[in-house]
Amino acid sequence: MKAGNSQIAKEPGPVIRLGNRSRFTLVILILIALLIPALLLNVNIGSVPIAAGDVFRMIWDAIRYGLANLFTNGGFADKLQSVTGSSTESQILFTIRIPRILLAAVLGGALSVSGYLLQVFFRNPIAGPFVLGISSGAKMVVGITLVFLGSFFSGVSSFTMLAAAFIGSLLVTAVVLLFSQKVRNMSMLLVIGIMVSYICGAVTDFCITFASDHDVANLTSWSMGTFSGASWQNVGTALLVCIPGTVAALLLSKPIGAYALGEGYAQSMGIRVRPFRVLLILLSSLLSACVTAIAGPISFVGIAVPHITRSLLKSSKPSFMIPATFLCGAVFCVFCDLIARTVFAPTELSIGTVTSVFGAPVVIYMMVNRRRGMED
Amino acid sequence: MENYFKTDGLAVGYNGRILIHDINIELEKGKILTLIGPNGAGKSTILKSITRQLETISGTVFIGSKDIVSWSPKEMAKKMAVVLTDRIRPELMTCAEVVATGRYPYTNAFGKLTPRDAEAVREALELVHALDLAGRDFMTLSDGQRQRIMLARAICQEPQIIVLDEPTAYLDIRYKIELLDILRGMAGQRNVTVIMSLHEIDLAMKISDYLLCVKGDTIDAFGPPDEILENHTIEQLYELQDGSYNLLFGSVELTKPEGPPRIFVVAGGGHGISRYRELQKRKIPFATGILFESDVDCQVAKELSDHVVTAPPFEPMTERQFRKAADLLTACEAVIDAGTPAGTLNHYNTELIRLAEDRGIPVYRGKDAEVPV
Repeated sequence: MKAGNSQIAKEPGPVIRLGNRSRFTLVILILIALLIPALLLNVNIGSVPIAAGDVFRMIWDAIRYGLANLFTNGGFADKLQSVTGSSTESQILFTIRIPRILLAAVLGGALSVSGYLLQVFFRNPIAGPFVLGISSGAKMVVGITLVFLGSFFSGVSSFTMLAAAFIGSLLVTAVVLLFSQKVRNMSMLLVIGIMVSYICGAVTDFCITFASDHDVANLTSWSMGTFSGASWQNVGTALLVCIPGTVAALLLSKPIGAYALGEGYAQSMGIRVRPFRVLLILLSSLLSACVTAIAGPISFVGIAVPHITRSLLKSSKPSFMIPATFLCGAVFCVFCDLIARTVFAPTELSIGTVTSVFGAPVVIYMMVNRRRGMED
Repeated sequence: MENYFKTDGLAVGYNGRILIHDINIELEKGKILTLIGPNGAGKSTILKSITRQLETISGTVFIGSKDIVSWSPKEMAKKMAVVLTDRIRPELMTCAEVVATGRYPYTNAFGKLTPRDAEAVREALELVHALDLAGRDFMTLSDGQRQRIMLARAICQEPQIIVLDEPTAYLDIRYKIELLDILRGMAGQRNVTVIMSLHEIDLAMKISDYLLCVKGDTIDAFGPPDEILENHTIEQLYELQDGSYNLLFGSVELTKPEGPPRIFVVAGGGHGISRYRELQKRKIPFATGILFESDVDCQVAKELSDHVVTAPPFEPMTERQFRKAADLLTACEAVIDAGTPAGTLNHYNTELIRLAEDRGIPVYRGKDAEVPV
């Protein structure tokens, strides 16, 4: 396949296009073009506004001295310190805002890819970690861990949180899978997801009832979903899980594309269907668990973003969909976080509130406009 | 010729329970095998088992000289392609993209299509006369078009064997013929072995080199269509009444009207068929004659009436046949003259009409004559 549209042309036969590569490139460029101002706005706006010029200067200095520091074995440590920690502004920039936007971008992307993988798995565009109750399951196990383990140990590490969220995700996924064997109908699958989230919610509430005030405060703010707890450590964890996770998904593009024709055909093309399905679920759960562990359950991103991306690309080619979905999720969450922080400043909304406002209508639109033949 | 595809004591079923056992098929390369049998007889179960979608319970399936269990999924995909009954609903995939999935076993880890792959896609689309559909969204196609694309997908996989489960199910007659022609071409020109299930017995008879009659626990029969035809296997297979299925034409007539004949039809040379069918629809039992055994009217009449007076072909009709027909005619309420021209061999038919007129039995003539019974 050469640059531009891959074509099968044979004189004088018609041209056959396999995947519109130029459209993909265009969508990626637009998303990047949106992401850059979104990142800048996010850094720029807040209770302490920082001028864009200052932002650029400080980041440039930080990169410059950081690199120099690296190559001179600590020779520029003082300079670096003076950039990142000298003023209130630079402290806000480097310890609060930059980690937060990076976190929003990475987790938003990961959550969207997680949703996309679930949609592939169920061959159903309405699937997503939140609507299927998977996020709630993660929240439940994290809640239990925070309340019961938190009182034994001084604190719960982010790795423990991640493990708890992963176990919770897998638990609910297993339950949903069990039911999905019985019902092939996608509305029923949704109803089951909602019911499962209620059950998980009830268990979480139960934990809260018996938790200490300190734990409740922690749990409540976390369970609403927020990027406000961002730290460089969180960013590191997120990058460490989400980037390899997304790359792994990208490596699965070929079987994902064939799987769109159903298990029977996938098997006939030489896919080992069972291990492939397990891999899909594990990857999707890992990504959504990472998001839930760090930022709490975030609604509708996993379902709305892949849909938006698909409409933009006008293709469901996985090798296009996965990077574009990640990028689109990043843009979506960075914007949503901006709104959450600024609209009612200084009061901050939970990220879930904002993503619901934008995500839920997309889901309703999909339900209403789903094509004939999609019902069964 | 050496057998390319073979099953040896194959038993298939679901969840370890045997549905059909002792399936023994031997098939040379480039031959077409069709599975026929009533609904629920297990045709799909057999097809799923030989494509490894379903685990076999016992016995072996061979492709070449190798047990298919020993093929890796990828090797298997290069040997065998399928067209299933599954209704697929890929989102936002063009037909060319759907067909291109057939290249799966040949592309690299990222599924990158080489010019060679793209050419295979184009060729496959051309073969099923669907090149103009290449850029269309698969979901916007009609059932007939979808089936052609799925066939192109299977062809594009460049298999040695194509397995199709009811490929004609959603197709109108024109597409049915077109599809079967393509399969015949694949078998003849590319030496591809075709194994499929069909509902249309007549088409199965015409396209297949071998038929496998599937019903219940064991295989009813396996062999070339002629052999199956001679042994009246078809009637037993589908539990049909004698005669209602015309083996020669592969056509089906509805059930005979019951009771003593009320109308006598004087016919021959194909003039009687439409009258017989009209009487069948009105559930009026009838008698007919005198028909030469080689006459097309005779073929249909025998399926729709128990009272058919026949004469051996290429001989003039005889007095004896006339008397037999006259007995039937005089017992009827009315006579239809189907309009068969009189000639030297069938002049007794003219006599029959004259007899009716003499006895005062009403005679109705011509194509459109209403028969008030």
